[in-house]
Amino acid sequence: MVDAPHPPVPMPTKRSRPFNPPDGYAPLREQERITRMTYPDGTPGWLILRHAEAKELLTHKSFSARQEGLVSPVPTELQYDGRPADPGAFAKTDDPSHSQYRKLVTGFFTVRRTRQLAPMIERIVHEQLDDLEKAGPGADLVDVFTESVPSRVMCEMIGIPESERKTLQRHVETLGRLSCSVPEALGAVSGMNGFLARFIPIRMDDPRDDLLGDLIRGGQLDEQELMGMAATLINGAFDTTGNMLAMGVFTLLEHPDQLAKLREDQELMGAAVEELLRFLTISHLGASRWALEDVEFAGQSIKKGEVLTVALPAVNRDPERYDNPDQLDIGRTDHGHLALGHGVHQCLGQHLARTILRVGYEALFDRFPTLRLAVPSDEVPMRDDFVHYGPRSLPVTWDD
Amino acid sequence: MRITADREVCCSAGQCALIAPDLFDQSDEDGSVVLLDAQPDTGRLDVLREVVSRCPTGAIRVEEDPGV
Ligand code: SF4
Repeated sequence: MVDAPHPPVPMPTKRSRPFNPPDGYAPLREQERITRMTYPDGTPGWLILRHAEAKELLTHKSFSARQEGLVSPVPTELQYDGRPADPGAFAKTDDPSHSQYRKLVTGFFTVRRTRQLAPMIERIVHEQLDDLEKAGPGADLVDVFTESVPSRVMCEMIGIPESERKTLQRHVETLGRLSCSVPEALGAVSGMNGFLARFIPIRMDDPRDDLLGDLIRGGQLDEQELMGMAATLINGAFDTTGNMLAMGVFTLLEHPDQLAKLREDQELMGAAVEELLRFLTISHLGASRWALEDVEFAGQSIKKGEVLTVALPAVNRDPERYDNPDQLDIGRTDHGHLALGHGVHQCLGQHLARTILRVGYEALFDRFPTLRLAVPSDEVPMRDDFVHYGPRSLPVTWDD
Repeated sequence: MRITADREVCCSAGQCALIAPDLFDQSDEDGSVVLLDAQPDTGRLDVLREVVSRCPTGAIRVEEDPGV
């Protein structure tokens, strides 16, 4: 093994401020290009805190995203145990199988197609804002708004009945919670699979005009693969955009100068969404890859099988890449952030997420110009123990 | 100046269509890159550099001087 000048560290996760990455990253980033780390199960590996190395890793042919070689970077009951991903669950596979599956649905997620969904998204956003108004000042924005909007949009797109949405949402949430026990996780998995096993055959007999119908008519996937694909889309969409929507609102309310700028000039919204994605990087435990062979990377000898984890929130605050990285600046033009990943696995739903965020922030601050937190900001409960970071609830108030 | 876009390599992430919608689109079938203008004027070089750096798969190449 290579001499490491510093002993391996566990992945830092403790945040002193909800808007900042864990405090432990910055000092580590100063030491070496990549940092030796120990995974909780004892597997040796590496932590990547620099933007340049993160980009390189995520496009490097010697590293795999396949589930069989991954381990969790933080302690959790949920381990991959060397199992391969389910058929159709393309996120944790490599090309060519990854791209064969992914290409079947990418047509639904292009920049143009997702922009065309704006009217549907606006309708859903306004319906949820009606609910917020009804709930009155003191309402929980997560419960009434940020959690519901993306999952409703995704259900309409895929073609999943609204009646199933909340149950599926709970399953996704359970699986994203690191403190979840094995029985809880098994319950969530069987809940999700049980629903899909009932629902997919019904739709195979009667395909509708939606994403699922399109996949079924395409005829390239069997029932198992359709289930894996649907589960991947649900998992990828339900929890991510909702947290980003909530974190963005929380952040803007706590950065009134930036919010004022945005109110003055709505043209800034596109850049503001990118800056919020960079600044917040709610995917705070990944991405991970493992070495398919012995390889030199970032001046280190990486052994076959070793796992590398990119601390995306740290990478997006790399002072080597950004001026004043810790400053939220919605006027920033040079984003190039990795909040949505990089390489062939870069987030499939990213443009849909962008549209939801843009429409969501715009409509919320338009309809509730006096929106503010109903509790002191340090009393907002945060999801420290989830794969995706965000507020557990966000009590807000406004002048009627 | 000449742009090439490799549809085999492209993973349909759409950074190109997001940053320069007048130069790039994505196909409706599989989202892969569609080049709308392979020889834009040189004033677009900065935008193109941004596209090249943001394209997650290196599918897009810009030859500043295609020569003869
Ligand atoms: S940015 Fe690159 S990968 Fe994404 S659609 Fe354009 S060419 Fe394809």
